[in-house]
Amino acid sequence: MRYVDEYRDGETAHRYAAAIRTTVTRPWTLMEVCGGQTHAIVRFGIDELLPPELSLVHGPGCPVCVTPVEALDRAVAIAARPGVIFCSFGDMLRVPGSERDLFAVKAAGGDVRVVYSPMDAVGIAARHREHQVVFFAVGFETTAPANAMAVLAARARGLRNFSLLVSHVTVPPAMEAILAAPGRRVDGFLAAGHVCTVMGLEEYRPLCARYRVPIVVTGFEPLDLLQGIHMCVRQLEEGRAELENQYARSVAPDGNEAARSAIREVFEIVPRAWRGIGTIPASGLALRASYADLDAEQRFDVTTLHAREDPECRSGLVLQGRIKPLDCPAFGARCTPEHPLGAPMVSAEGACAAYYRYRRIATR
Amino acid sequence: MSAPDPIPSCPVPLGHAGTVQLAHGGGRVMRDLLESLFLPAFDNPALAARHDSAVVGCGAARIAFTTDTYVVHPRVFPGGDIGTLAVYGTVNDLAMAGARPLYLSASFVLEEGLPLAELARVVHSMRAAADACSITLVTGDTKVVDRGKGDGLYVNTAGIGTVPDGLDLGPRRVRPGDAILVSGDVGRHGIAVLSVREGLAFETEVASDCASVAPLVEVILGAGIDVRCLRDPTRGGLATVLNEIALDGGVGIEIDERAVPVDDAVAGACELLGLDPLYVACEGRMVAFVRDDESERALALMRGHAIGAGAARIGTVFPAAGTVTLRTRLGSRRLLDLLSGEQLPRIC
Repeated sequence: MRYVDEYRDGETAHRYAAAIRTTVTRPWTLMEVCGGQTHAIVRFGIDELLPPELSLVHGPGCPVCVTPVEALDRAVAIAARPGVIFCSFGDMLRVPGSERDLFAVKAAGGDVRVVYSPMDAVGIAARHREHQVVFFAVGFETTAPANAMAVLAARARGLRNFSLLVSHVTVPPAMEAILAAPGRRVDGFLAAGHVCTVMGLEEYRPLCARYRVPIVVTGFEPLDLLQGIHMCVRQLEEGRAELENQYARSVAPDGNEAARSAIREVFEIVPRAWRGIGTIPASGLALRASYADLDAEQRFDVTTLHAREDPECRSGLVLQGRIKPLDCPAFGARCTPEHPLGAPMVSAEGACAAYYRYRRIATR
Repeated sequence: MSAPDPIPSCPVPLGHAGTVQLAHGGGRVMRDLLESLFLPAFDNPALAARHDSAVVGCGAARIAFTTDTYVVHPRVFPGGDIGTLAVYGTVNDLAMAGARPLYLSASFVLEEGLPLAELARVVHSMRAAADACSITLVTGDTKVVDRGKGDGLYVNTAGIGTVPDGLDLGPRRVRPGDAILVSGDVGRHGIAVLSVREGLAFETEVASDCASVAPLVEVILGAGIDVRCLRDPTRGGLATVLNEIALDGGVGIEIDERAVPVDDAVAGACELLGLDPLYVACEGRMVAFVRDDESERALALMRGHAIGAGAARIGTVFPAAGTVTLRTRLGSRRLLDLLSGEQLPRIC
C-alpha cells in the first residue's frame, strides 16, 4: 500500500538500527509520548532492534487511559438515563469506571452508540430531536478540532438536544510534569507527530531549553520511529537539547491554523485531572462560557459523583514511564482485557494492552 | 438422591454486569462462554471435536451437520446480502469438514414491517447461491415477531453433507512442520459490511468475498493431498482461526506478516480505522493445513480456480503448544493473540 509500505521496509529499518547502534555510546532513556507510537513499537518489535544501552519508556499519550475515572462515571450516569443517546468513540466503551463501563450500560438497555466522528453525533441529534444526544469528547489536541467543529455545527443548526461531555487534555503540560518530577528518568522525547500536525512546534521549544532535553517530533510508522530515535540519540551524544521535526511530511511549524482557531473559539485552557497521574495545571480544555449551554456536565447535573479507582492498578506509573506494564504484579493475572483494573489494559493505545496483546511470549 | 445439576453450577465468568454483552459474540470472551456453559451442558464426542461441522454416523453414511444464524446489519452490502451469506456460510462450514454439501434448511425470523420486496430479494439471493453450489433447500420455517422485537430479518440455515470414508479433518490432526495456506486475500467481507454500516465512503469500494469454497476443497481432496485441517476465517478473521486451531490442536503456529495477502483497499481502510486486517472477517476464504511436502501442489490446485487465484502459503506449524506468533516485516517476532472481544476503532 503506497505511503505506508515505504515506511515499513525491513531493509531500511535494519540500516537505521545499525546507525543507532553506532551512535549510542552510553545508556539513554527515551520516552515516546503517544500511545499510537507505543503500539507501533511493540507491534513491529522496534525495541528489539535497539542496542541494550538504549531503553524506551512509554508516555502518557493514550487519550483513553488518562481520561479520569470521574469523567467515565459521568458518562455512565448520563448514558444510563432514559431518552439519552450517548455517542462515543468505540475505544471508550470498555474502560472501567468506578462501578461499570459503557458496554455494561448498553447491555442494560442504555442507548450507547459508537461513532467515528463527532459530526456523526451531530447528525444523530438532527434526526432524533426528541432525544438528548451527548458526545463524549475525550482525547488530545488531535481530536479537539473535530469536537470543536461539532459544537460549532450544532450551534449553527440550532440543535438544542446536542451536548458534549468534555474531558480534553493537552500534551506539553504532561511532558513538563514528567520532566519536573523528582528522579526524572527521561533523557529525550519522541513527541507525538499528530498532535504537532494540529498545534505546530512552538510549544515544545521552551521545554527543550528549560529542562535541557532533546525533543524530536516523530511519526508512527516503523521507519519514522527509528529515524526519530536516531535523531534523538545523536542529539544526546552530541550534548544538544533541541527541537527537531522528523515528521515534516505531516507537521508544519505552525501546525494547522484552521484547526487551532476552532479549538480557540470553543475551548479554554483549564487544570485537568489525569487518570492515575493527578491534576496537572493548564493541561485540559473545557468549553468556554459562551458554549456552556452545550456542556453535558451542566445539562445533566453530574458534577458531584464520587469516583473510586482500583487501588491495585499502577497505570499512573505506567503512564509516566516509571514502570513498564510487565513490572506490574497484576499484569496478565488479575488484570486482563476481560477483567481490566485500569484503562491502559483495554485501550487500543494503552501500553498494558500492547504488551498483553503482543508480548506474552519470550521473543526469539 | 438429588437430581443431577443439569447445567454446571458456575457457568460463565459473569463480568461486572451479569448480562450478555456484545463481547460474548467473539474472541476470548466467546470462547470462555462456550467452554464454561455450552460445551459442558451438551458434552459429547461430536461436539467436543469443536469443528465448523459435526461429523456423525447415520446408518452406514458419515454425515457432516452444521448450523449458523445470520444477523448481519446492513442486510445488503457490496458483493452480497444476508441471503447469500446464509447459504455460503453454511456450505463453507460443511466443506471445512471435507463434506460434499447436499441439503439445506432455512428458518426466517421476520419483524413486522419488513418490506416484502426485501424479503423476496433475500430469497432469490439464497436460491442463486444454492444453485451455484449445487445444494438443495429442502425444509424451512418462518416466524413473524412484533415490530421492535427483531432487527428486520434474521436467517438461520442448517446443512448436511456426506463425508468420504476415511477422511478425518480437524485441529487434532495438525502436526509440527505442516504448511499453512490461505485461499486468497483476507478481510474483504468485514470491511465491505463496515463500509456500508458506518456510512464510511471509501474512494475504492470493497466488495465482500462472499462465495463457496467447496470447489477448492473438492479439488485438493480429489487430488489426494494430505489435508489435516480446514477452517474458514469468518468472525474474528484469520488470526482468530489460527488461535483456535493452535489451542484445539495443541500446536504452535508461526505466520509471516509479509506472506498474508491483503488487498490494498482493505489495508487502507484498516489503517484508517485502526483495525488489524488479520482479525477482519472473510466469507469466501479458507485456511488449509497440509503436509509440508504437498503445499506447492495444493497451492497450484487452488490457484487453478478463480476463487483460489490469490492462494498463498502464510506459515508453518511448530511444536510450541497453543501459541500463534507473527514474524513481522521487520523480522521481529510477536504474539498474534486471540482478541478479548470485537475490534473497536481507535480514537485518533
